[in-house]
Amino acid sequence: MKNIEVPALARVEGEGGLFIGVKDGKAVEVRLDIYEPPRFFEGFLVDRYLQEVPDITARICGICPVAYQISSVRALESALGIEIPAEIYTLRRLMYCGEFIESHSLHIYLLQAPDLLGVPSALDLAAIAPEVVKNALRMKKSGNELLKAIGGRSVHPVNVSVGGFYRWPDAGPLKATLPELEWALEAAKETVKWSLTLPYPDLKVNYEFVAIHEKDEYGVMKGDVWSSKGSKLSVNDYETRYIEVHVKHSNALHSHTKDGGHYMVGPLARLNLNHEQLMPEAQKALKDNKIKLPILNPYKSLIARSIELVNFLEEAIQLVKAYHPSGPAFLELKLKAGEGCGMSEAPRGLLYHRYQIDEKGRVKFAKITPPTAQNLPRIEEDLLALAPQLVKMEQEEATLTAEHLVRSYDPCISCATHFLKLKVEEVG
Amino acid sequence: MTLTPKPNTKPKVAVYKFSSCDGCQLSLLNMEDELLDLASAVDIAYFLEATRSVKSGPYDIGIVEGSITTPHELERIKEVRAECKFLIALGTCATAGGIQALRNFTKAADLAVKVYPHPEYLDYLETATAITEHVPVDLQIWGCPVNKGTVLEALSALLMGRRVNFPPSPVCLECKWRGTVCVVVARGIPCMGPVVHGGCGALCPSNGRGCYGCYGPSSTANFNSLVNIIQPLERFPGEALLLIRNFSGYAPAFRKAADLVIKAAAEKESK
Repeated sequence: MKNIEVPALARVEGEGGLFIGVKDGKAVEVRLDIYEPPRFFEGFLVDRYLQEVPDITARICGICPVAYQISSVRALESALGIEIPAEIYTLRRLMYCGEFIESHSLHIYLLQAPDLLGVPSALDLAAIAPEVVKNALRMKKSGNELLKAIGGRSVHPVNVSVGGFYRWPDAGPLKATLPELEWALEAAKETVKWSLTLPYPDLKVNYEFVAIHEKDEYGVMKGDVWSSKGSKLSVNDYETRYIEVHVKHSNALHSHTKDGGHYMVGPLARLNLNHEQLMPEAQKALKDNKIKLPILNPYKSLIARSIELVNFLEEAIQLVKAYHPSGPAFLELKLKAGEGCGMSEAPRGLLYHRYQIDEKGRVKFAKITPPTAQNLPRIEEDLLALAPQLVKMEQEEATLTAEHLVRSYDPCISCATHFLKLKVEEVG
Repeated sequence: MTLTPKPNTKPKVAVYKFSSCDGCQLSLLNMEDELLDLASAVDIAYFLEATRSVKSGPYDIGIVEGSITTPHELERIKEVRAECKFLIALGTCATAGGIQALRNFTKAADLAVKVYPHPEYLDYLETATAITEHVPVDLQIWGCPVNKGTVLEALSALLMGRRVNFPPSPVCLECKWRGTVCVVVARGIPCMGPVVHGGCGALCPSNGRGCYGCYGPSSTANFNSLVNIIQPLERFPGEALLLIRNFSGYAPAFRKAADLVIKAAAEKESK
């Protein structure tokens, strides 16, 4: 069999390619080439005013802007020593539910399902199963409408600020999202059932899972960083264990743990570590469908996404119903110099920010570790684990299976340009 | 300019990504109610974010997201222009350089060392620029991200062979239409609304904050007047300049506006 080469990965956010070098029937090299250009966000954030940061970092990723906004405001609030009131926290969670709903619906049906159903795209799927795609789009829309009701628009919403929100969203439009969310919750339960019928490729990996864990809610933006290997760290200690290094000969930054291990972040990590904190309907969906945890097949992250879809729809409905703000929408900021860390769970995994600010509220240093930066070394290792299967397949099937693996991580390549490898080596 | 539709054939559409966040392409996928109809009215021949099937060019309509930031992109945009009959610059990265263009106000190398341990491995251009600076573009759709209504208007106009009808009015007027109380007048908040192209529906002012200009300069902007209004309202030093040098900061009109702010600040300093 020849080398597997996919010069441009489709149905991922951002631009990347894939190379698997094969010699004597064995995979000898795996490389995920990221040719997404560098955009220098941490560079030009310096000397911007702190209140601009959520608007600027949102532009790192059009699919998960809320994750960037929330991680950044939490880091900056920590630098200022602010604790936001419960009402504001809850609205942020509701907004995050919207992002999970739209992003997961998009990924499950439009990005990953075509691989499992043997079609090149959801548009082709629509030709053979129009109802599936229509329902998927309707579910996705319910999340986007929620984001719109809170943030004005679903891509790069405008309402999040350091200290809270610019204003409380009007209750009318927000409550008007309820019927569609309720419909979507039922559709999500069906999605879980359907997700169990799909023909996933075989792969079992003994992962180290890493996710935010909070004891009384499904970890999204508050809590500690838990690892399935037992490590429990506060956000302020994240960098003591999770490190970005420059790997020799690879021209790329890779995240790994202090002892050199690669780890997985994202829906599988969250579900496996935090299933006890799922909402009741999501717990029920796990039980009714006899889903056994932990799930160790990366392709089956689709199942985890569909459980999370139930979870976040259920939570969204509850929070929309309870929405009745009374206090101020934001806290007045008392500026002071300081440093703060913040993290949250983007739909594709843990997103960490750290900022230093001066006494006038200007950013002096910024560090952003996106989820895909953490997953990329793990994906490469998975591809190596998959290689014995790949070399037995026909070229086209092998290519698809490898591509599918990458897509199942829902990589957000625009976010992860720290993995740039622009000097492409020739390997035979 | 219009595209003359050929009877009984679907126009071939290609969607390209350059340096960007994917948000404008996502705005295409976010047309949940229209996506399937749209996909049946055109032949989606190249759209990597949505499909792995690729049909070779030439294409009738090319839609480009992102700005030009690497030597490779500089070459590629010329190829894209050559293979597309009608080229649309989609979003503020494509029309003005977008957020990436903040590098143009400093030295890109200084930014690179702040982000990458070995910046010598990177291959980038000193500036991030609009695709309109490199190739002729038939239609510009501004927005960070674009508004899907605007995109739909553009595509339906093209499909029907009529002229595109974008509202000529600035954000400021959209506030008046929707009855939003002026944040500048009532709350003293600096706002770009009077000089920014409409199309968002005055999102920021209606959320209680000033417009930050993501739809780019309006054709009727009076920047002298804007600077006179927003500079005295600064809530922190340099706010007016930061507001202008943001998502659309590298649009030529905003560059001139930034010069006005710098000049006014210098005059104030010398007094």
